[in-house]
Formats: sequence, C-alpha cells, structure tokens
Amino acid sequence: MSGQTTAEDLGPVTTLATPIRLDFEFTPGVAQSRFLRGLEKGRFVGQRCPTCGKVYVPSRGSCPTDGVPTTEDVDLANVGTVTTYCVVNVPFAGQSIEIPYICAQVLLDGADISFMGLIQQIPTDEIRMGLRVEAVWVEPEELTPSLASVRYFRPSGEPDADYETYKDYL
Amino acid sequence: MSAAAAKAKRAVRRPVSIASFAQSENVRRDDQHNEVEMLMPVVAEVFANIGITKNDIDFICSGSSDYLIGGPFSFVTALDAVGVWPPMPESHTEMDGAWALYEAWVLLQEGEIDAALVYSFGRSSPGNLNEILALQLDPYYLAPLWPDPVSVAALQARALIDAGKGSEEDFAAIASRSRKDALSNPKAQVAHDIPVETLLRDEYVVSPLRRHTLPPITDGAAAMVLAAGDKAREWSDKPVWITGFDHRIETHSLGGRDLTSSPSTAKAADVAGVADGPIDVAELHAPFAHQEIILKEALGLDDGVTINPSGGALAANPIMSAGLIRIGEAAARIASGQAARAVAHATSGPCLQQNLVCVLEGE
Amino acid sequence: MPESEALHASHVLEYPYSRSVGPVIGAFLTGLRDGRLLGVRGAGGSVIVPPTEYDPATGDDTGELVEVGPGGVVESWAWVPNPLPKHPLARPFAWALIRLDGADTAMLHVVDAGGPDQVATGDRVTVHFRPAGDRIGAMADIEAFVPEGGTA
Ligand SMILES: [Zn+2]
Repeated sequence: MSGQTTAEDLGPVTTLATPIRLDFEFTPGVAQSRFLRGLEKGRFVGQRCPTCGKVYVPSRGSCPTDGVPTTEDVDLANVGTVTTYCVVNVPFAGQSIEIPYICAQVLLDGADISFMGLIQQIPTDEIRMGLRVEAVWVEPEELTPSLASVRYFRPSGEPDADYETYKDYL
Repeated sequence: MSAAAAKAKRAVRRPVSIASFAQSENVRRDDQHNEVEMLMPVVAEVFANIGITKNDIDFICSGSSDYLIGGPFSFVTALDAVGVWPPMPESHTEMDGAWALYEAWVLLQEGEIDAALVYSFGRSSPGNLNEILALQLDPYYLAPLWPDPVSVAALQARALIDAGKGSEEDFAAIASRSRKDALSNPKAQVAHDIPVETLLRDEYVVSPLRRHTLPPITDGAAAMVLAAGDKAREWSDKPVWITGFDHRIETHSLGGRDLTSSPSTAKAADVAGVADGPIDVAELHAPFAHQEIILKEALGLDDGVTINPSGGALAANPIMSAGLIRIGEAAARIASGQAARAVAHATSGPCLQQNLVCVLEGE
Repeated sequence: MPESEALHASHVLEYPYSRSVGPVIGAFLTGLRDGRLLGVRGAGGSVIVPPTEYDPATGDDTGELVEVGPGGVVESWAWVPNPLPKHPLARPFAWALIRLDGADTAMLHVVDAGGPDQVATGDRVTVHFRPAGDRIGAMADIEAFVPEGGTA
C-alpha cells in the first residue's frame, strides 16, 4: 500500500466510463428489401394493402392500419408533392449539407404515405406546402440499394398541388 | 404485510382463460424477415385459432428488447403487425412475454376489459448474445468485465455440484430427456435421442457446462389471447383458467445470493398456490439444464410431475418468448386433456434472478 | 443474391456512456485506483463487497466502509477454455465468485490460474492489481486474482 501519494491528488473517483460497442447483422426484411432494390434501379417501389388499398412507401411488410401483409408491389412516380417542411438553420455534428437547407415530407404520386426528403434548387424562402417536386438521382453507376441513391428533390416546374389533394396526408 | 395477507391480496378475483396460443417456427437464424414480418403470421394465427379479429381485443401488451437487434423502439413498429387503428390501448414490457401476460392479466382482474392480446418477439441472431446479455448485469461492477451468460450460468452449475444438489450426469440426463421429448414438438429447434453417456463426451463450453447443457440460440415469436367473462366461454368450449399468478425478483448481485436455490420462485409459487392441489405437468423455463433442478425444488414438484414435455428451453429458446411459450405449452396440455392442473414458469435475468409462476387448471 | 431474398447490412451501435458513481461505488473504485479493496457494513453488521448504497437483504442504508482482502476464498468458479474478445483475459482463465477476507458476500472477477486443475472451490486466492500508473478507478484495475502462494 505504498507509493500511492499521487492518488490522493487525483481526488475521489466520481465517474466511470463504460464504453459499449455492439455489432449487428441487420436485415430490413422482405418488403423493405424490395423498396431498397428499387432504389438501386432508380425508382420508387411501394406496396399496396389488399384490405384498404393504401400504398405504402417504403412498406415494412404490413399495413399498419389493418395488420395484414402488403404483397403487391407498386411502381411509383418520380414526382410528388411537399406536404410539410422545415428549414434547418442549426449546425450539428456530422452534418453533410450546407445550412440553411430544406427538409420536407414528400408524397409521391400514387402513394398514401409521405417520406422525408431533402429539397434543393429552390431558395429557402420560397419553399411551400403543395410545391411539386421531382427526385434527382445519383449517376446510374452510383446507384445502390440505399436512400443515398436519391440525391435530393427539386421543383418539377408543375403548378402547385391543390390543398385538397394532400390534406389527408398531413 | 404478512404472507397470508399478501396471498389474499393477490388471489384471483376474476377468472381469466388462455383462449388461444401460437408460436412461430423456432430457428437458429431468420435473416429474411424484420420484426413485423416475423410477428404478423403469429398474430394472424392466434386470432384465426378462435375466429376473432383485432376488433375483439381490448388491450395489447408485448414483451421484447431493442438491444437484440440494435434498433430503438422496435416494440412501437412491431404494432404494425396488429394494425392498431382505430387507436388501441397498448403497453410494453422490456421483458419476456410472460411478464406482458402478467400485466394484461392484472388489467383483466380489474374488470375494465374482457380480452387481451399478448405477444413477444426477439431475434438472437443479428447481434452477439454473449455481449448483449452481459449488458443486463450491474453496470459498475459486472458488465465492465463482460461476463457472458454461459459463464454466469456455469458459476451457478458449479455451486450446485459443490452443494451436492446435482452432477454433470444429472445435467446430461435433463438435456437428454428434454430433447427426446422435443421429438414430438413440431416447433422444436433441437430434438434428438442421444443417451447420457454420449452427451458426457461433449467438450466444455465453460466448465462445468458442456455443449448439451446450453440452450440453443433461437429467433422466434409467440402470441396469446386472454379472455374473461362471456368471451372466455364464447371462445372456448373447455376454457383453460389461470388460477394463480405471481412473479418475484432477487438482488442482481450474483455474490449476494445463494445460486443453488430460488427463493423468488418459491415465494411466487406460494402466492400462486402451486401446492394447493396436485400438479400433473410443469413447463419450466430453465435455459440451462441444471436450472431445472433448482426450479423443481423451489416449486416443490415431486418425481411424479411430468416436466417440460415440450422439451422446454433446451429444445428452443426464442429470447423474450421462451417464458410465454412455457405458459402456452402448459395450457395446451390442459386443453388436450393430458393434464388437469399445470404450473408454468418463466425466468429473466442471470441465474434465475426473476421468476414468474402461473398455475393453470381445466374444468 | 436472388432478388427474392432480403438484403443485409452490418450495423454498429456504440453507447459511450459515462456514469456518475455516487459516494459508495465511488469509494470502492477510488480504493481500486489506490490498490485497496473496500466493502461496506450492512444493516445486520455484515460486510458487503463490492459495496452498495443499500443492504440488498433489507433495503436499509449501508454504513461505514471497511477494508477487506487482499486475499479471499473461491466460492464458485467456471473455467473458460476459449476466452471471448471482451473477456478480461485473452488466455484461458476462471471466472470466480470470491469472498474476500472480512467480507460476507462474494464478488465476481477472474482467476488467472493456468489450467482448470489449478483452481477449486475453497481455494485461497489473492488480488493482483495493475501497476499504479495504469489504474483508473474501474474493475479492470484488478488484472486478476491469483492462487495464494503464486502458483500461476
Ligand atoms: Zn390496409
């Protein structure tokens, strides 16, 4: 118990670092794999509920309303409508896009659920609900089964969608 | 509170029946389905068994752990397997589905609801179970050493041998019998007829535990429908009733308890009234073979009781579901007329730390 | 891979937690850093090691800290012939529940004993700390327990 004089200078131990690293082999399942394989081909693939007819993109394999498997694949349009959005002005660790930028919920034509996308090629003060947008994909040789295949959405040039067409998807 | 008062307080106030039970295939690795896809057929089957739909259900309770797949809030997305619209009352336990069953049973006791869906799901295969289960231990003194579940169970097995309560031959005999019984269980993952002498030639994984004393690593899911009041009779001609139910926990400190006995199981068995009548069948959640010896003693089961006719957790150990499956298997023995009164047990935590006891009876 | 099969991806989760340890666990960890083993006196006078803020038997607050060890008795053990990557030792070792001299409960750690025939229930072992400069106030400050008399 000798030679501990320096320990007293350190003061009592008040915290304990408990670093944990866990490795997983993840599967998105059958339905989401079809969506991801669609992205690799440069298109959006949804699935239709056999009970209520709604089209989910991506589908997790079930209709969350009816609890039944979604088995019918549906090819969706490359264009859609901004149902809601936000403008990100706050820098955070790992941010890969220059601020300010627009994050929006995009309802693809033919889908019954919106998903989150980056909106570019429009000034942040011009973003609005109902804006019609189209997906811009990476170069064909860069396509992967990942949402990284979609670079962003940009205005499609079409007139804004009528509120009535997307009010049920907010 | 005296023991008698505690018992009276927990006495069954309202009969609840196990109206339906279903389980998935139990497999070493289901790498094709996400949690929703794994669960959906099981939920569909548990409803179809008795010709009902989700609209007949008043409450949902699930058991699962997000650590297993490393995906946060997977119990929320899992609800897509049921389709909770219009919005339904729902709860979740970060425990085996047997504890979700207990929560649903308590709510049914209150008389507010008449039917509940309980389900559980878990995949051991996406991650490293040895590391994930180490994280359920004390985070200051134990988890930093990464004791894996086999090592921790081996300490218990050694203590049992030292106490003269069991031998490696006894452990092998339990494993041999369980996996032989599993030959008649279509859901078993590991089923074979191998004599004790052959098993004892297995290598030690962590001594004194040889390969055959360990549970298989299993992906799977299970679901159950509980019913009370008119629905219990409506959904079954011969209901299987829960006549006693309790669960208890002990300290997490492995060195602070006697690993060769299970006072929490004994206490739960007392409150659940296991000894109030003869037991024909016991389905015990003993993932490691030696734990059956400890549980048998704690539950006061004599040699006339048939233990784990399904093969138990040694035949299939779907994490988060293996306890609920014990209750489903025990109920099936009563429903088929093979047993009049059964006890089912579920465990959680290292070395039988938490234990749940459920008494089932036909009529 | 056929189109009908599900995709797979490797996925890493890291939890870089730093925990507040409080006065009792903190005292034990400070002791480890100083090369000492501490227990705490429980409600009935028993000594709990490693120490907790409460007596697990009664739930009462625990009292004074008590130095225990450095030797102790193996109460149970399990031999690991093939250590896993995160185990404390890379060579075969024994997990052991060790009741330190002066303690009434056992603590879990490893015994570096050379082989399974070198360790038995009831054996006396003694703590082997890492060098003072390497200790940080954590269970890993104990490199291992070793058979008393130093056979390993
Ligand atoms: Zn639907």
